Amino acid sequence: MSEATSNTSPARSSPTIGAGGFKGMMRATEIDTRMLGMIGALLVIWVGFHILSGGTFLTARNLWNLSVQTASVGVMATGMVLVIVTRNIDLSVGSILGVTGMVMAVAQTQYISPMLGYDSGLVWVATLAVGLICGLLIGGLQGFVIAYLGVPAFIVTLGGLLVWRGAAWWVASGRTIPLTDDNFKLLGGGSDGSIGATWSWILAAVAIVLILVGALNARRQRKRFNFAQKPLWAEGFTIGLSILAVIAATVIVNSYLLPGPLARRYAEANGIAIPDGGLEISFGYAIPVLLFIGVGIVMTFIARRTRFGRYVFAIGGNPEAAELAGINTKRVTMMVFMLMGMLAAIAAAISTARLSSATNAQGTLDELYTIAAAVIGGTSLAGGAGTIAGAMLGALVMQSLQSGMVLLGMDTPLQNIVVGAVLVVAVWLDTIYRRRAA
Amino acid sequence: MSTTMDEIKDHGPAHHADDVDRSGAPLVAMEDISISFGGIHAVDHASLDLYPGEVVALLGHNGAGKSTLIKILSGAYKGDSGEIYVRGEKASISNPRDAKAYGIETIYQTLALADNVDAAANLFLGREIMTPWGTLDDGAMEAEARKVMGRLNPNFRRFKEPVKALSGGQRQSVAIARAILFNAKILIMDEPTAALGPQETAQVADLIKELKKEEIGIFLISHDIHDVFDLSDRVVVMKNGQVVGSARTSDVTKDEVLGMIILGKCPPGATPGPGAAQ
Repeated sequence: MSEATSNTSPARSSPTIGAGGFKGMMRATEIDTRMLGMIGALLVIWVGFHILSGGTFLTARNLWNLSVQTASVGVMATGMVLVIVTRNIDLSVGSILGVTGMVMAVAQTQYISPMLGYDSGLVWVATLAVGLICGLLIGGLQGFVIAYLGVPAFIVTLGGLLVWRGAAWWVASGRTIPLTDDNFKLLGGGSDGSIGATWSWILAAVAIVLILVGALNARRQRKRFNFAQKPLWAEGFTIGLSILAVIAATVIVNSYLLPGPLARRYAEANGIAIPDGGLEISFGYAIPVLLFIGVGIVMTFIARRTRFGRYVFAIGGNPEAAELAGINTKRVTMMVFMLMGMLAAIAAAISTARLSSATNAQGTLDELYTIAAAVIGGTSLAGGAGTIAGAMLGALVMQSLQSGMVLLGMDTPLQNIVVGAVLVVAVWLDTIYRRRAA
Repeated sequence: MSTTMDEIKDHGPAHHADDVDRSGAPLVAMEDISISFGGIHAVDHASLDLYPGEVVALLGHNGAGKSTLIKILSGAYKGDSGEIYVRGEKASISNPRDAKAYGIETIYQTLALADNVDAAANLFLGREIMTPWGTLDDGAMEAEARKVMGRLNPNFRRFKEPVKALSGGQRQSVAIARAILFNAKILIMDEPTAALGPQETAQVADLIKELKKEEIGIFLISHDIHDVFDLSDRVVVMKNGQVVGSARTSDVTKDEVLGMIILGKCPPGATPGPGAAQ
């Protein structure tokens, strides 16, 4: 046993490594190289825009805004990964976002708030629940038609793109519906929808503890089965890097300060005395960003640690084999679309809350940004491959491009041209990478 | 394979000691099975049985209906008519899960592996080991995988890689490991050695002998008699969806079996079936 295990470290499972060097070291840390490539691309984009915009991109304010703007599409991209991994596509998510946002707004203003009282703390919960159920049903219906009736996902969701956009208009006859509940609006961010410096640091501390516990747990698991351990220096390196990233993000969001008048209002509302040197009140993490990160963690857990997630990938790798292994592939496919519908509803809550109202056109073209985020993040359209974290990074890359171009004052048509070209180039580079890796 | 041909000529048909006990109820009996696809009778009133510790070679040309018949047993297809009995009791098999519940495991010609996940994930696909918290216990699955692969293919090391990175023989051993991991009673091997080199073929032959000792019944499906003749206790030949006949391997020669496959002609040593040429 000892000999077998000593030779089976993942770092040495391929005979070509052993040689060590930088490649061997990277292998030992078990960091995904293509993930690293994406982070590198993101940094290049950020620094590039920073220079081109004369130093306005890499500011706390812009990065904070970037994080909030990424949240809605990012949430949907995590679900799109699973959809694409099962060799399907969902072109309807933008429209589902539109209709669920509209349903939530109408439900809140016409039914929930009058029923529970306008200052009830439960209004936002009920509104969100209505949206989630609505998204679940829409996704379930589409998933049923795809899985059990055998209509290709492309067609079903292309139909859905039109149907649900039409339904969004129909729910309120095309009117814009303003939200009434202030708690619900917190889901959209803004100065009220952020948690402030203290809570941001508390959350950062919790995240750091979780990183440490996770690493320790992984080591314990490997020890339990006598598998080779990751070298200590590599372990320290990855843990250190993760902790550093958490701290850096927290410092950035905390150094974005409330503008003067808002800070004064906040101080008055909370009974804080205004000191002589002026107020320094931090935004901290925005609630939609925390929601986005939370969704990312849950989706990663689902994809990697549950039966459902394992089946999703197996179906993507070989649908026939999955069927022969006794997996109910139709049910899994339908569940993937249900999940996608719920995530679209969460994205709808974020974007509706951010605008404080639901409009008919909300989420238009979001399906394309969502798919682009997933694909830039390494999800293979051939199915079977993709990561949640990659899609989240992909969403950030897409949003960084767009925000950066807005900062540079580029016209919308030109922005579209650049985004389209970048998508194609990114997938081309990924194809080359995959061919090399194979 | 030429040496084995010589052996048969030298020692006659009695080269094969048949020590299968056929007194009890058969492990599996498929009776009067039919299935058609769009008016074509892929399997036409075929019957087949298998006893514990017995290796039955199911032979026939491509399109003779052997794979279709066996897919009804493994739950991939549902027959139009006919009955399946497992250990004398009527079995209802309408999907692969049902078949596995009866201890019927299949190694498909295509191997049916999910290429994008690793060996352990494939071994336990559909039957994952879970932690008490209801999450996948990848550590336990990998440990089990290492155990069973150590028995089948001791040189196998690539547990962390997706199976698409493995060689043909390695992929085959993953597929075999998956079939025997869950105490199969009935093993179906569809063209088990078609894609293998000589050394790997010998490994599979050794494995079949091991499994026989454990009283497992094995169906070997092949269109090439040379692949399976020496491994089998009995041959069953199909042609145009019908059973031409069956014979103990010790009672017939390779040439006679070839005659059954090509002409549908039953030799004296064989029991003719409904598809035998008159």
